Amino acid sequence: MAPALETRGLVKRFGGLVATDDVTFKLEQGARHALIGPNGAGKTTFINLLTGVLTPTSGQILLEGEDITRLRPELRVQRGLARTFQINQLFPAMTPLETLGLAVSERMGGGRDWWRVIGSKREIVDEIVEIAQRFRLTDVLDERTSNLAYGKQRLLEIAVAFACRPRVLLLDEPAAGVPEAERHELLATVAALPRDVSVLLIEHDMDLVFSFADRISVLVNGALFTEGTVEEVSSDPRVRAVYLGESVDE
Amino acid sequence: MQSTTAETVRTGLSRRGRWGLGEIAFWLVAAATLFFLPERHLILNEIAIIGLFALSLDLILGYAGIVSLGHAAFFGLGAYVAGILAKNGITDPLAGLVVAAIASAILGFVTSFLVLRGSDLTKLMVTLGVALVLGELANQMSWLTGGADGLQGISMGPILGLFEFDIFGTVAYAYSLVVTFVLFVLARRIVVSPFGLSLRSIRDNPLRARAVGIPVNRRLVAVYTLAAAYAGVAGGLLAQTTQFVSLDVLAFHRSADVMLVLVIGGVGYLYGGLIGAVVFKVLQDVLSAWTPQYWQFWIGLILVLLVLAGRERLTDKARFAVKRFFGRFKAQRTDAMPTTSAREI
Repeated sequence: MAPALETRGLVKRFGGLVATDDVTFKLEQGARHALIGPNGAGKTTFINLLTGVLTPTSGQILLEGEDITRLRPELRVQRGLARTFQINQLFPAMTPLETLGLAVSERMGGGRDWWRVIGSKREIVDEIVEIAQRFRLTDVLDERTSNLAYGKQRLLEIAVAFACRPRVLLLDEPAAGVPEAERHELLATVAALPRDVSVLLIEHDMDLVFSFADRISVLVNGALFTEGTVEEVSSDPRVRAVYLGESVDE
Repeated sequence: MQSTTAETVRTGLSRRGRWGLGEIAFWLVAAATLFFLPERHLILNEIAIIGLFALSLDLILGYAGIVSLGHAAFFGLGAYVAGILAKNGITDPLAGLVVAAIASAILGFVTSFLVLRGSDLTKLMVTLGVALVLGELANQMSWLTGGADGLQGISMGPILGLFEFDIFGTVAYAYSLVVTFVLFVLARRIVVSPFGLSLRSIRDNPLRARAVGIPVNRRLVAVYTLAAAYAGVAGGLLAQTTQFVSLDVLAFHRSADVMLVLVIGGVGYLYGGLIGAVVFKVLQDVLSAWTPQYWQFWIGLILVLLVLAGRERLTDKARFAVKRFFGRFKAQRTDAMPTTSAREI
């Protein structure tokens, strides 16, 4: 079976700067894969290449074996590649209900529908209910998104991406900034994501990486530095050197 | 648990689609003016047309976040198309409106690609530029448009072959009001549809809208085209009911006024354009009777105060007062008001 997501020799140059340096990477089906690296390692550029915000200088991106290198961002989403953002990107003036309704109806091709009211379709209602329960948003569905507690906004951030029913989900620091009290709820929902969704987690928080991922890739200066199981990577002295700022000689 | 959530979802999603009492009252009052204010039908006709024009601006500004200083381009094109058709023997008003709408929609579609990218400043300048170009074209092509003298000799046939325009403007007003109402109902339907929801999401956060798979550019092109058609109809109504078109329909002040009207009435809930048109015209009427030379001074002052104080704050206060007032009579229905008068339908 083809990997869920794959890059081959992916390169992105900004003028003289090589932000992504020949990255060949595989995300296996059903994987729980973490991508780590120090600040400025090119994680964001890599995500933007995957989602189509940026066009690579060279190289290929394949989603379930299909070349999506030149596909527009919204078409990648429609094919099952969804992402969350490190800094919440929500619709502040809309309710979580409308936000989820939007994502679900859009996925079902309803976005061109300008005649019906959005709640008139049963399968949309059922799916919103299911997603709201999965992400523990049922009691805040009708509130303005900008009024939600930060932890709930973070949950909504993931729920919106999930509502696109992705085959591959890119989670960009899902727990960033979430206060301790709300953290548990968030991590529990992330851990409970269905196994048929392959997840690539971009994260700084090592506790989360170790508890969630089975494989880890390390990105340094735009290039893949190493890859392996959690044990392999965490015991690799070179990784400790670049990532944790420790000297190799120690 | 399951079923109550489903209920919340269903009512929450369909709430915006329902008509509220305030809305029904609004249109009943509008219809009543047909019978009770016969001597005001000429100005009411103008209000209906400006209201429709501002409604069309609201579709792009309030729902899709596209700023425009050249919306008169579509209004003016619609006016000229309707006028020229009538002058050349096609005197059926509805046919004229349809052609005006199509012509403006085509112009809107073509120019929409110019406003997809760039900052708000870029959009303001591009739309302003398009309107200027059109204005100069109309000025130069005097063989077609009458140039600076205006397009004269328009005579309209009866509406649906039944209703002749009269000199008091009653039929004209009824015609403009009905067209405005029909297009309003259509717009209202559109903004609560999934398509309309996707527009609001684009206005709120285009980055995220793309990330949930919405083809942002295509949606913006669609709504810009639609708004242009609406503006074209408004222009067509003006040409048909006044039986005259001058370069004024493409002038900069048309674009500026319609923005003013919409801001006075409030952006993003469709009634803003209509209410703004009433307020604007009544203010103009009252102020220019009181102080003919300086009425624009007062309009300007009101605009500055309105924008600085924040219209949202003012209407929220008003709504709160209304709610408290009615709350004395029916305390149990405190949530009855915002379901319809909420600003973001």
